[in-house]
Amino acid sequence: MYEFAYQKPASANAAAALLAADMEAKAMAGGMTLIPVLKQRLNKPSTVVDLAAAGLVGISEAGGVVTIGAMTTHAAIAASDVVRAKIPGLAEQASWIGDNAVRHRGTMGGSLANNDPSACYPSAVLALGGTIVTTKREIAADEYFQGMFTTALEPDEIITAIRLPVPQKSAYEKFRNPASRYATVGVFVAQFAAGVRVAVTGAGQNGVFRHKEMEAALSKSFTADAIAAIKTPADGLNSDIHASAEYRAHLIGVMARRAVARAR
Amino acid sequence: MPQVSLTVNGKQHSVEVEGRTLLVELLREKLALTGTHVGCDTSQCGACVVHVNGMAVKSCTMLAMQAEGAKVTTIEGLAAADGTLHPMQEMFREHHALQCGFCTPGMVMTAIDLIQSHPQGITEEQIRDGLEGNLCRCTGYHNIVKAIAAAWPLMHGKTAQAAE
Repeated sequence: MYEFAYQKPASANAAAALLAADMEAKAMAGGMTLIPVLKQRLNKPSTVVDLAAAGLVGISEAGGVVTIGAMTTHAAIAASDVVRAKIPGLAEQASWIGDNAVRHRGTMGGSLANNDPSACYPSAVLALGGTIVTTKREIAADEYFQGMFTTALEPDEIITAIRLPVPQKSAYEKFRNPASRYATVGVFVAQFAAGVRVAVTGAGQNGVFRHKEMEAALSKSFTADAIAAIKTPADGLNSDIHASAEYRAHLIGVMARRAVARAR
Repeated sequence: MPQVSLTVNGKQHSVEVEGRTLLVELLREKLALTGTHVGCDTSQCGACVVHVNGMAVKSCTMLAMQAEGAKVTTIEGLAAADGTLHPMQEMFREHHALQCGFCTPGMVMTAIDLIQSHPQGITEEQIRDGLEGNLCRCTGYHNIVKAIAAAWPLMHGKTAQAAE
């Protein structure tokens, strides 16, 4: 690692001020991505701004919306009675990220700010039609995810919480890379009174995306059979040593059908 | 240089570090606690697992400064002062859950967290899932799984007795 200064401000606004004052400073949530990046010298921040003391931890539910503090860990989300009862698909998703030790440190806000194209949470937040709350504003999920490692966040803007509407049913299915545990393909389905939303991670060259054709079919009939005939085109999907674009296209269908069958 | 204050194996330390100093470097190089190993250095293998405030973490992927005020337990902090092994260490010995031993400190620390977080009992499948972040290249895991399963009644039995 290159040398850097370390700061741990006591609020999100104080952290944002540090980022605004120094464009070379970098925010750190759980560090499960940033620290490996720093070790590989892929990034050279002047200062690492640790958000651990910014008071962004906690899970609550009110009026049909679950609110999760940005610094809440995967382990806490997976174990949360609120999340397990209200959005079981999200609790399960959190329990499959990385391994025990990673889940004790990694956070939902950190994952969303990074927007790795194979990360799990973007699919839940997009499928649930969530809202990203930041130090500056509230951003709808449909506007937030803007491509591989790209989000609507400004350089000095910090996620403080994620708001997720409680669905009638939800589920996540993940075909995981056996080494990294990242999603080769992950599909999150969420059923609401107003319709069904389906989001796919791990597959798209531009990161997470909604599968509108499946959404339309599932809104009519929320069954695995309703999407059995839908063929996802391989155009725009990732092709790498782990899976070809055609294979990923096939997996999207399989994961989506399994998710619908298991949704609760 | 920044200063980090933390408790390691019950002993208070205040140490000068750099911002980039990793927790595992603090433990091994500043405090000479070399039982915690660096295997892959990429948060895959789990040889560096220690407990921070009771939870298993990979000390190669945590800055020393992030441990400010924390209670850290390493493999050196498990045995009693008279040398009596922790039940998990004893079961690893009993079931021959190691060959070269390189992964063992991390395995034991992960295993203790796993047993502590399953007070109602634990299945073989849950143990195998719980070990996904710890790699052993010698044993094929079977004896490690046996040792962890055997440690469950010892650890929870002990807790129950202490509570009485």
